[in-house]
Amino acid sequence: MLLVEGSNGSGKTSLLRILTGLKLADEGDVYWRGQSIARLAAEYYEQVSYVGHHDGVKRELSCLENLRLVQAMGKPTELDLDTALDRVNLYRYGDSLVASLSAGQKRRLALARLLVVESVLWILDEPFTSLDKSSMGYFESLFDQHLQQQGVVIMTSHHDIPMAGADVQRLNLSA
Amino acid sequence: MKRLSLSQAFIYLLRRDLTLAVRNRAEFANPILFFVLVITLFPLAIGAVPELLARIAPGIIWVAALLAAMLSLDSIFRSDFDDGSLEQLLMSAHPMPVLVLAKVCAHWLVTGVPLLLISPVLAEMLGMPAAAQGTLFLTILIGTPILSLVGAIGVALTVGLPKGGIILSLLVLPLYVPVLIFASSAIEAAAGGLDVSAQIYMLLAFLFVSISLSPLATAAALRMSMS
Repeated sequence: MLLVEGSNGSGKTSLLRILTGLKLADEGDVYWRGQSIARLAAEYYEQVSYVGHHDGVKRELSCLENLRLVQAMGKPTELDLDTALDRVNLYRYGDSLVASLSAGQKRRLALARLLVVESVLWILDEPFTSLDKSSMGYFESLFDQHLQQQGVVIMTSHHDIPMAGADVQRLNLSA
Repeated sequence: MKRLSLSQAFIYLLRRDLTLAVRNRAEFANPILFFVLVITLFPLAIGAVPELLARIAPGIIWVAALLAAMLSLDSIFRSDFDDGSLEQLLMSAHPMPVLVLAKVCAHWLVTGVPLLLISPVLAEMLGMPAAAQGTLFLTILIGTPILSLVGAIGVALTVGLPKGGIILSLLVLPLYVPVLIFASSAIEAAAGGLDVSAQIYMLLAFLFVSISLSPLATAAALRMSMS
């Protein structure tokens, strides 16, 4: 796990967006397993999940419809969608429109994409924004589990993450 | 589980956009209402001169269709850009031009097809000669997808700008002019009993060029707007 730290405006989000290929770097290239991501394109995106500042969920669709769309655009896992919703504590909301959810619930739905598509690299920009303590705990354990399965997490966070035992590298951009 | 095939993903995204359109009915009804209102206002403003109305009917209908299309363009990518869905689409494992084509298809189905269905009624109301009505239908059938496809490039270029509306019109309207010229000339020729195949072939050529090139340009423009 790489934890990107730094004060506001130090370029954490820009760095993450460059890593996703959404933003072009002024100089240099981003390499994934020895190959430039611009060349890998779809092959790279198949292995990456990104949750940015925006939740990337549609207000007019229900939670289940949103997750089905996520699966349609990526490589779905075996996990059943109802179970995924249950894990992020949104079980009763499967058919509710996202517009009726609270900010924290929307964030949990956005993070549920990590459960429903297979990917190695998770790029997360402030994943804990508006989450309550217990959901933060759940996602921390999820990250831990992902790291143990040889996954990679790159994230920014203003919250302290006590990730016990995990190999956490810190990159401080304001230093 | 296996990844969806490209055609399944295409259909999935198309259905998602249609669902969104159904749930946002008011927003999507707006351009069609505009189209009908503009055309119904013309006879009121010009007065009861049936010959004149019949003469300018092709122009009125096509100009109104063009403006209605302009009005609806922003909806192709705006909401996806605002809520971050566009980032996720760009990071999808499927090729972006195909996904763009799905979104443009959905846009045409919710804006172009209603215009197509209602235009015969409006043509009748303006007293367009019966001989020209078939051609009107044909030009709208071929022309409106071009409007959506070409417009998508403009929207993709301007979606990241805070007030992109004016630039969008300046970018897109000049590209719409050829469609307007050939379509109204075809209808006029048909009303005069002449052969219209040249104009129709020309419009078809525009359509195929834009189907094949516009998704590529749009996808590239979206990437630019994102960064």
